[in-house]
Amino acid sequence: MTEVIGNGRACTTNPLKLSPALGGSLAFLGIDRCLPLLHGSQGCTAFALVLMVRHFREAIPLQTTAMSELSTILGGADNVETAIGNIYDRAKPRVIGICSTALTDTRGEDIEGELRQTLAGHDEWVDLDVVLAPTPDYAGGLQEGWAAAITAIIDELVPEGSGTRTLRQVNLLPGSHLTPGDVEEVRELIESFGLATIVLPDLAGSLDGHVPDEHVPTSLGGTTVEAIRAMGRSRMTLAIGEQMRSPAAALERRTGVPFRVFTSLTGLEATDTFVAALMEIAGSGVAERLKRQRSRLVDTMLDAHFHFSGRSIAIAAEPDLLLAMSTLVAAMGASIDCAVTTVASPAASRVPSARVTIGDLDDLERGAEGADLIIANANGRQAAERLNVPLYRTGFPIFDRLGAAQRLSVGYRGTAAVLCEIGNVLMDRGHGAHAHHEQTPAREGTFDAQAAAH
Amino acid sequence: MSGAAWKQKVTKAFDEPGCATNRGKSDGDRKRGCSAKSLTPGAAAGGCAFDGAKIALQPIADAAHLVHGPIACEGNSWDSRNVASSGPTLYRTGFTTDLGEFDIIHGGEKKLYRAIKEIVARHAPPAVFVYVTCVPALIGDDVEAVCAAATERLATPIIPVMAPGFAGSKNLGNKLAGQTLLDYVIGTREPAETTACDINILGEYNVAGELWQITPLLDRLGVRVLASISGDGRYEKIATAHRAKLNMVVCSQALVALAREMEARFSIPFFEGSFYGISDTSTALREIAARLVSAGAPEDLLERTEALIAEEEARAWRRLAPYRDRLEGKRVLLYTGGVKSWSVVSALKEVGMVIVGTSVRKSTEEDKSRIVELLGEDAPTFGQIPAKEMWRMLSAGEADILMSGGRTQFVALKTKTPWLDINQERHHAYAGYDGMIALVAQIDAALHNPVWAEVRRPAPWEATP
Repeated sequence: MTEVIGNGRACTTNPLKLSPALGGSLAFLGIDRCLPLLHGSQGCTAFALVLMVRHFREAIPLQTTAMSELSTILGGADNVETAIGNIYDRAKPRVIGICSTALTDTRGEDIEGELRQTLAGHDEWVDLDVVLAPTPDYAGGLQEGWAAAITAIIDELVPEGSGTRTLRQVNLLPGSHLTPGDVEEVRELIESFGLATIVLPDLAGSLDGHVPDEHVPTSLGGTTVEAIRAMGRSRMTLAIGEQMRSPAAALERRTGVPFRVFTSLTGLEATDTFVAALMEIAGSGVAERLKRQRSRLVDTMLDAHFHFSGRSIAIAAEPDLLLAMSTLVAAMGASIDCAVTTVASPAASRVPSARVTIGDLDDLERGAEGADLIIANANGRQAAERLNVPLYRTGFPIFDRLGAAQRLSVGYRGTAAVLCEIGNVLMDRGHGAHAHHEQTPAREGTFDAQAAAH
Repeated sequence: MSGAAWKQKVTKAFDEPGCATNRGKSDGDRKRGCSAKSLTPGAAAGGCAFDGAKIALQPIADAAHLVHGPIACEGNSWDSRNVASSGPTLYRTGFTTDLGEFDIIHGGEKKLYRAIKEIVARHAPPAVFVYVTCVPALIGDDVEAVCAAATERLATPIIPVMAPGFAGSKNLGNKLAGQTLLDYVIGTREPAETTACDINILGEYNVAGELWQITPLLDRLGVRVLASISGDGRYEKIATAHRAKLNMVVCSQALVALAREMEARFSIPFFEGSFYGISDTSTALREIAARLVSAGAPEDLLERTEALIAEEEARAWRRLAPYRDRLEGKRVLLYTGGVKSWSVVSALKEVGMVIVGTSVRKSTEEDKSRIVELLGEDAPTFGQIPAKEMWRMLSAGEADILMSGGRTQFVALKTKTPWLDINQERHHAYAGYDGMIALVAQIDAALHNPVWAEVRRPAPWEATP
């Protein structure tokens, strides 16, 4: 059993955690023609905006209710109303996704009730849906905010009641740890079984990095409201990551659509589990192409395991990503000697390591001394530099590498890709202090000799 | 601090007799601050007061910067500014109390004190700046009292920075940061020695190392930067800033109030200048020399300054000349503001570029008159350009290159227009004589990159048969 404990310090040093409102905004950006609105001071929006721009290298539509000291004390309903009006007039979005912050939730006003009142007074906003996600800073980090927004979208936009089920349609709820590239890969995987897929949210449609024909002031692409409304007609919901259990359960409560949670889609076993489920749902075999992809992954694992075997790896990530990455490298023979995450979660307690610290990148730095590799977001760069340990970047933000949106780590192909990337870093690193280039062939020789003896 | 006292402080921060724009405003407008970006819900852009305070103080490289607030304030923003240090790196460490629900219900003062204690025990910094954010301000944490107690018990200056985000804009935060330095830092130490040529530079944050394009010039003249506020700054040196003979204010909108107050308290004269552009750099150096000499520095400083200017200008224009053939007639759209709306114009004109427009949305009257001086009465100036309109302009090919900040970067790129970053996230240093050469070299590289021809190719299915 993995021990999950806090670091016992009052001061968070080099934060790993990001704000839930940032996660909520990111989820809203996967809705077509949506404009996320942070209910807080304008700095709340500015910081989140800058970080997303640096990660995706895209313009990010994100607005603020621009709360002042006075409006915070008197109540923010007027600011919300003004903001919605201004956004509606200027950008004509289909959906406005409001994320609350610690500032607005600390005062404890009834944002939801006041929003209902406001909307009731504006008949002219007929073609607009407004979704409110509770994402105060003290309720977790990015992944918790993401999940809260998806639950809010489901509660607001999916009609209650079970309509006619479409046998060949499923819902996919990807966790925040999947990149736009990952989402597209999973969609293609599901569709290869002849199943229509409603993805919520669909960052592959909006933040994949593409060149549009004209200026659009909202999100561009993503899940349409019409598709969201049709989710109750799907046969099953496939939730990726423990964080998506709650949104999937909300959807089941509203519509009766059953769900399955897949903790990760990274790794051979994880992908096999998912593919087996798809075979069952579709009632069919798998495409030859997929069999070949699996075979190539197995071959990659055989080639790569030499470089992972006995290596010491330190990982810092939000719970679902931590579980996915640590399970992957542990399955290749590496040991997770330091694992750091942001909040307690069922995913954290399944990490293949003696202990998971709920802490910060300073905990990572303390625990990664002598490690062969650090796996963390780009903010792990300071620790990596000081310890002279290579950094493999994953998660959010990755502001100092190109192509963050297109990185692939799910399915057979994605697993093979990420194993090669990490394996190459480990190969450069060599084995311990006595590393030399001859080591790898020598080990292979030993392996061959053992194989021959058997 | 009581609410009324704090209100007074904010009002005072915006009362700026040293600024022409400010004097021309109504009382109401003055209270709203000098940022042109309004705080309209649903149509606002830009950072908050906390952001502004942190921008102004975080370059103090050997101090610890602790953010007292929920995770968003520091978690979403730490280590994101490209300001350089020649030594200490503690300023790049992100410290926050990461207030949780329990702290908010029971108050965050105890946690704050423990966090300060942990930082002092582990890093022994010369000082800790504690930034108050909205939530502790709302729940009434007495941060000034915690800092006072910690200063005494830990024998380290613990400095409260009272600039919660909801107080106003980034610009207000800059001003409040200056006020903090006056209240707690400047004048608390004495320098080991003083010279007749000691100056402070205010409002230069050493983005991409720009300060280091200036200091070699000052070194050659024997002018000593006693305190840089705050680029590549050191706490002890800023504490001695009251002994300088002259203050030069570089980013005038941010720290001119600090300069004015230092003049009143310590009789240090100040002037506003810029190190962007060749002639401006020369003007700034001349001004420094003249004012130091009139305050008692050796007379020969004037001559030496003229000699250095003559040499550097000749060298700079010589180095710019080769770009003329490549850049003559190229049309540039400048979308920035303040001094940058004109300070780079003379260098661009020198290499034959055509300024098709420059933005005056953040410019003072003086900035505007400089633009007219450089570009004539019909100077193509404009205010805010909506993204949609800028998209149209660039799609229609009305400019060959856009020089702007990150906000409009993707409008340029998505319309397949060359773009150059000249705002605070930039990675190249453009100050002083060398900086202007670097800027022109970057424009040249951006314009002549072969990628533009390639990405503008029609797709096979778009090609006319």
